[in-house]
Amino acid sequence: MPEALEQTAFLSGDEALARGAYESGVAFAASYPGTPATEILESLAQYPEINAQWSVNEKVAYEVAFGAAIAGVRSIFSSKHVGLNVAMDPLMTSAYVGVSAGFVIVTADEPGLHSSQNEQDNRLIARFAKMPLLEPADPCEAKRMMPYAFELSERHDIPVIVRLTTRVAHTKENVPLGLRVEMAPKGFTPDPAKYVMVPRNAYFRHIDLEKRLLALKAEAESSPLNIIEINDPALGIITSGVAYLYAKEVFPNASFLKLGFSYPFPEKLIRAFAAKVKEVVVIEELEPFLEEELQRLGIKHRARHPSWRVGELRPEDIRAVVDGSARVDIEPAASRKPVMCPGCPHRGVYSVLKKLKLTVTGDIGCYTLGALAPLSAMQTCLCMGAGVTMFEGFRKVLGKNVVGVIGDGTFMHSGIAGLVNAAYNATRGVLVILDNATTAMTGTQPHPATGTTAKGVPTKALVIEDICKACGADHVDIVSAYDAAAIEKVLRKRLDEDALSVIIARTPCKLIHRAKSLPVEFNAAKCVKCYMCLNIGCPALSRGQDGLIKVDQDICVGCYVCVSSCKFDALKKGGEVPA
Amino acid sequence: MSSVVSILFCGTGGQGVLKAAEVTGLAAMFAGFHVKKSEVHGMAQRGGSVESHLRFGQKVFSPLVPKGGADILLPFHSGEAERLCSFLKPGGSDLLPFLGRAHEAGVQRMFFNTYMVGVLAGHLDIPKDSWMKALEHEFRVKKLEENINVFFAGLKEGGQ
Repeated sequence: MPEALEQTAFLSGDEALARGAYESGVAFAASYPGTPATEILESLAQYPEINAQWSVNEKVAYEVAFGAAIAGVRSIFSSKHVGLNVAMDPLMTSAYVGVSAGFVIVTADEPGLHSSQNEQDNRLIARFAKMPLLEPADPCEAKRMMPYAFELSERHDIPVIVRLTTRVAHTKENVPLGLRVEMAPKGFTPDPAKYVMVPRNAYFRHIDLEKRLLALKAEAESSPLNIIEINDPALGIITSGVAYLYAKEVFPNASFLKLGFSYPFPEKLIRAFAAKVKEVVVIEELEPFLEEELQRLGIKHRARHPSWRVGELRPEDIRAVVDGSARVDIEPAASRKPVMCPGCPHRGVYSVLKKLKLTVTGDIGCYTLGALAPLSAMQTCLCMGAGVTMFEGFRKVLGKNVVGVIGDGTFMHSGIAGLVNAAYNATRGVLVILDNATTAMTGTQPHPATGTTAKGVPTKALVIEDICKACGADHVDIVSAYDAAAIEKVLRKRLDEDALSVIIARTPCKLIHRAKSLPVEFNAAKCVKCYMCLNIGCPALSRGQDGLIKVDQDICVGCYVCVSSCKFDALKKGGEVPA
Repeated sequence: MSSVVSILFCGTGGQGVLKAAEVTGLAAMFAGFHVKKSEVHGMAQRGGSVESHLRFGQKVFSPLVPKGGADILLPFHSGEAERLCSFLKPGGSDLLPFLGRAHEAGVQRMFFNTYMVGVLAGHLDIPKDSWMKALEHEFRVKKLEENINVFFAGLKEGGQ
């Protein structure tokens, strides 16, 4: 819990939203880590009054949290935008069911895909699922909207979607703190017509949902979250979320309709606003979500150039959007790419996969960095779990020189079903699980094989090798991720067999296991300047001005993966007597 | 400076960029300003580019510093300073040269960020006790005294 600083704290949008949920009496929270939503659950887990969990994946998290809401306590589900895709099955029907105690879905979208595989606009999911949508612009508003969201959910018997974007989730500001309102648990009253979604019941719940949507629309028309600011009537800007703040910065004197409750669309309010200004412009990030509603209503407005559907909006873009001109810098700025940390256990595995010239189907995590030069050892990355399932497709089309790669956390999330499918459908070949004992990319969160919960409480640690065997793997080998020779040996052996094998490369992430060995030693006399050692992409090794290898003693942790990359013995384990 | 002060912190993962921005944001908040600080997480520990946008004043709207809108650029890496120099206002201050002075003064690598925050403090209208409160908030007791000393060394160098 962020420490209270005289009733005001410096909180991120994620933390402020969590605080707002806490103050609203939330008793249950479930999520799966994903940038930029991770800190929501991490914050919620610090309040003793809230039963908070990292679930195995978003579908599971959604159902567990929704179950708690139906069982009578206010509950919250949060995930990144693509995480919501995983939860779409329960989400769609939960709109029919409605709620008992309030249920809020938080989606943290990523315009500009700073750390994501796509930049889908989840405002469209509100329309698709027929759920109300709230869009805070900053941390203060994220906190303020939470009590409203829970009341709205209970008043209209429906889950409520709160949509953040990176610039709301990861912006900090001074946020005033309030007190928690305890909500008495409602208990569960069976009501099959509402809670049992068989065709006939669901049909009637659909009719009811359409009625609920009309009532929500009426409420949006007069909601305090939808604000009209009439200043200079020459320019009327309709906007939502952080785009409002950029527009306000650039056009402080314009008139605004800021939509905090943006779906169902408040038609009358929009018409009233449009009537008060000379020209209407819509400023929004990604999809033309608001703009299409205006088109549908036949409200005249200056169109946004379609190029703005791509990428993150920035304050300096606002004038071009208003002018109707196209986005110019369509290429993302050339920033420094991240690399695997010194001592990262994934490096050794990728160096072997590269050496054996294997085609590698990959997955999502730190190890996705294996696709980047100089390793360039991974050829696909689609979504969570596809390292296993696309492997099956590849293996059946391309034959033996294919390997699937997945991390331990991702295997738990959605790799298990893929492995069962591979076994069931007589797949042969090798799947490598890069087991670094944590969910590293999002900040080392625990998962079902780590033995700790989101609350930091010890729990059962599921055994990955046992799961693999139970899922039908013929062989399960466990090797140290630093031992490139052993990895190569077992990989060659298993690739040649007519069997389904899993190789678990097991070494904990350097971000959690910070123990260091002596730095690697470089022997200049033996170096032939082949630079093979630089091909493993370790930030501790570089080419000096003299053409020789330079070891950064401060950051080398002594994993010695580079030692096996050198055929000329120019690199030696620290403290070893040179041969 | 305009009524809202905009600072762009930049560098690469592991240099303490985010910590420096956090200390500054807290100091501005303790001094009674409305503060917004925006950054992208995830790549910080993996050597990628790291930037933090910090703005404070009576009332701040945009959490991002617009291009050409930074009063101060606080770089921890010359390459990143070059990449982001277009964010600096005409007449704004680029504090990159002070990074060299930190090297010359023999400041340890792990304290560079605190030194640069000290330099920055010399350019801002935030009372000393707000800085102290922010440093106390952000550093453990064991490391606090050393950080305060380095902060003052930076402040002396950056003082105007």
